[in-house]
Amino acid sequence: MATEPAMQRPRFTHVPGDKTKLDMLHYMKLVREIEDRIERKLYRQGRIVGGVYVGLGQEAISVGTAVHMEKDDVVAPSHRDMGVFLMRGITPRRIIAQYMGRRAGLTRGRDGNMHMGDMDYNVIAFVSHLGDNVPVAAGCALVFKQKNQKRVALCYNGEGATSRGDWHEGINFASIHKLPVVYFVNNNAYAYSTPVSLQMAIEDVAMRAPGYGIPGEVVDGNDILAVYDAAKRAVDRARSGEGPSLVEFKTFRMTGHSAHDDAGYVPPGMFEEWKQKDPIPRFERQLIEEGVLTGKRRDEMQTECAKIVDDAVDWAEQQPYPAPEELTRDVYYEG
Amino acid sequence: MESTVKPSTSDERYTLTAPADLELDRTGYLELYYFMALNRRLEERLSNLYRQNKVVGGLYSSLGQEGCSVGTAYALERGDFLAPMIRNLGSFLVRGVDPVHIIGQYCARAIGPTGGKDLNVHFGWIDRGLVSPISMLASLVPVFAGIALEMKMKGKKNVALTYVGDGATSTTDFHEGMNFAAVHKLPLIIIVENNGYAYSTPTAMQFNVKDFVVRAQGYGCYGEIVDGNNVMAALDVTRRARERCINGGGPVIIEAKTFRRKGHAEHDDAGYVPAALRAEWEAKDPLDAYRRFLDMHRIVESAAEIEEIDARINQMLDAAVDEALASPFPDPSTLMENVYGD
Amino acid sequence: MAVTTYIDAIKEAMWEEMEKDERVFILGEDVAAYGGAFKVTKGMLDKFGPMRVIDTPISESAIVGAAIGAALVGMRPIAEMQFIDFISCAFDQIVNFAAKCRYRWNAGVPIVVRGPCGGGVHGGPFHSQNPEAYFFNVPGLKIVCPSTAYDAKGLMKAAIRDPDPVLYFEHKYLYRRIKEDLPTEDFVVPIGKAALRREGSDLSIITYGAMVYKALEAAEELAKDGVDVEVLDLRTILPLDEEAILATAKKTSKVIVLHEATMTGGPGGEVVARIAQKAFEYLDGPIVRIAPPDTPVPYSPPLEEAFLPQTRDIVAAARKLAAY
Repeated sequence: MATEPAMQRPRFTHVPGDKTKLDMLHYMKLVREIEDRIERKLYRQGRIVGGVYVGLGQEAISVGTAVHMEKDDVVAPSHRDMGVFLMRGITPRRIIAQYMGRRAGLTRGRDGNMHMGDMDYNVIAFVSHLGDNVPVAAGCALVFKQKNQKRVALCYNGEGATSRGDWHEGINFASIHKLPVVYFVNNNAYAYSTPVSLQMAIEDVAMRAPGYGIPGEVVDGNDILAVYDAAKRAVDRARSGEGPSLVEFKTFRMTGHSAHDDAGYVPPGMFEEWKQKDPIPRFERQLIEEGVLTGKRRDEMQTECAKIVDDAVDWAEQQPYPAPEELTRDVYYEG
Repeated sequence: MESTVKPSTSDERYTLTAPADLELDRTGYLELYYFMALNRRLEERLSNLYRQNKVVGGLYSSLGQEGCSVGTAYALERGDFLAPMIRNLGSFLVRGVDPVHIIGQYCARAIGPTGGKDLNVHFGWIDRGLVSPISMLASLVPVFAGIALEMKMKGKKNVALTYVGDGATSTTDFHEGMNFAAVHKLPLIIIVENNGYAYSTPTAMQFNVKDFVVRAQGYGCYGEIVDGNNVMAALDVTRRARERCINGGGPVIIEAKTFRRKGHAEHDDAGYVPAALRAEWEAKDPLDAYRRFLDMHRIVESAAEIEEIDARINQMLDAAVDEALASPFPDPSTLMENVYGD
Repeated sequence: MAVTTYIDAIKEAMWEEMEKDERVFILGEDVAAYGGAFKVTKGMLDKFGPMRVIDTPISESAIVGAAIGAALVGMRPIAEMQFIDFISCAFDQIVNFAAKCRYRWNAGVPIVVRGPCGGGVHGGPFHSQNPEAYFFNVPGLKIVCPSTAYDAKGLMKAAIRDPDPVLYFEHKYLYRRIKEDLPTEDFVVPIGKAALRREGSDLSIITYGAMVYKALEAAEELAKDGVDVEVLDLRTILPLDEEAILATAKKTSKVIVLHEATMTGGPGGEVVARIAQKAFEYLDGPIVRIAPPDTPVPYSPPLEEAFLPQTRDIVAAARKLAAY
């Protein structure tokens, strides 16, 4: 079980090359920028329709895992996995349009915020009933196995979702059938106002893995290289037919549950403590130390991200809302 | 009472040993026999009635699992709550349910505790601490977590105990109920009767571990394996679980290894069970083995003593069958009763 | 008397019942430390402690199942579904366990399952549903949908005191928009009794929940045309107050049935069927149903607006019926 931060650990088995490192940094920064823009600015200005849920402080998890996706792999993200969408090739324009309820959003204005997906990109839209995606991901993996394809399904949930019966049923099923699926758990310490101690009587969700006969690993979710390493291990296992794995990332939810929640229930000092472990500056420092990144380039990347998001917002705001005539379309297959 | 010495025997038959420190007097030992024999004989009668088309609906047998039902239920005390499942007829009997009511239930008569509104063992008796199961397996796990919650809230030194099969452990309710009970350290005992099959599904297709009890760690609660065909071991493990619960130790999962010797229900010939496997478990019949234990340790004074118990059981069952079959079916006017209270 | 919002009325009812009856307790997600996602249970943890206001894992099935178990041994639990949309996760426990215990083996299950329902808040398909129809066809359950602060309080008390399982659907749109002066003394609104919100003689609108207000707005509009509209607030969906339904149909002879649950299979069909069966001769025109179309509740404002019945829809339908 890997619990120590990267700096104290021996070398990881799987280490990305420099280009991949910079790509991952770019995506983390892009996730941060998009979500900051949505939550801190657009939402407060009333330019977002409905609720907002961001993954502040958790960017390493979606990025460090999604980097291993092949084109034909299927992914079932949760609401704090913006990185997955971006790395799949779903544009910030479409994402912002989604948040703004425009027809150009992934759901054509029919659902909000992170409730989005696109099977053209093999991204399954999640539902609010957390954990429901666990059996769904197993079902995709079942087909891959039946057809002898080298594809895997990646499934993401928070630690709260692991209390749900669907989580249990799905993983149990996947483990019996040795399906090519990886179950990621973003343990960010809170499910709305519920701390982990009221969610389960165990220390780590990964302690459930032996009960399903699958490997479980605990990883520092704020260290993208630790995430990368553990995820690759799990994805390779799945792809080689050895069945599912449970990978638990320890991190912290740096915001309230959603934009309107001030998270007053979080004990004093915790936010400050975890700010020191912010995965983005941490990675930047390391890359600068390694000579892969300069301060100047880092700032340039920041500016690039800001521009991407500026463009996305401008574009999205010009997009039309769906027309009322569209209301009853596509409840069923229309050919 | 010589209870810890494994008797030497020249044959390789399945031989029971009593757990060390098992506190049981002679009456207790004989009661365990009585309930297991009653369980076995009652089910034989029901099977006969089924063939005569007197049983309405399905018939589910616990042949080979009597030790588990009887031993576990026998550990409970006044104020404890129990929810037997379809293969725990023995538990109902230990709790004092009259066979005439059980036969009446199976034969859809008004004399059944549900007045003909539900079938087989889907009945309960709150005053006796018995809760009716429903067909949705493991739904009783969260329900019993709730019963255990009340015990904890009121500071009662009691436990709530229910059964699941290996199959029921795969459900949403099992997981959610167990997790909830573990977080709140509730006095809940779950007997997982691993009897090898859920209908036609062997346990290897039900979970990906050899011993289900490994999952206790995943919930953060205590778990133990027991030989479900040893009625004394079942009694002992449940008593110890009870102690742990009433002292605030949180829920307990007991995995009872046993085997379902008949099909899923009377109509299922279970052809999917390998003959050798069935034979292996027939040799571990809990009633026969217990009978040998009683003889071996001279707990019964003579064969006549057992025969007398058996005769008493048969007489009682004769009367119960007659009474049940003579009793009326429910009146249609009762259809609308009890949908709501008052 | 004290001016009380709809949401506070719900809290007050639970609070007062918990003060006088130690069997009553609350369980649900984020109800204790956080006081509930909408703050319905705010302050209750401090007052009643963590054994009576219980934060649970995300486990709707276990929340309701545990409520059932506790009820079987004499408690009066209130199970909260954070959004009523999540009641589907507990469907099995409600429908197969809670609803059928008394009928099968004479054991009552006095639980309340409550949560915020309804749309109009850009909540999208999973935070805007009205699930009464899913449970309407389940004998053994009761379903209430209060529209006023008074009814919210009175029906919650009735629900807690009821010996059978009651599903209590509070409309989230009304939480802080509705307030009224409430009596300080104890009062109960009986389950199964509708209430006339507006008396009239030309046309009846039978409705419940947030739609009551749209109906009243429409009635004001129509009054200008000289159409005198009667508005009957069902308050309880199961069992329906058939007497009140037939009385208003017989009085005005023209009926509109209005609800926010989608059209096909919505409870309105049952109201229409009963009037057609038992008051046919009194009708002077076809019974009209107004309800959203058969789609999931959509999210973007133009879609949601087209989905929800609007005052103008009601006015138009009423004018047409009045002229029939």
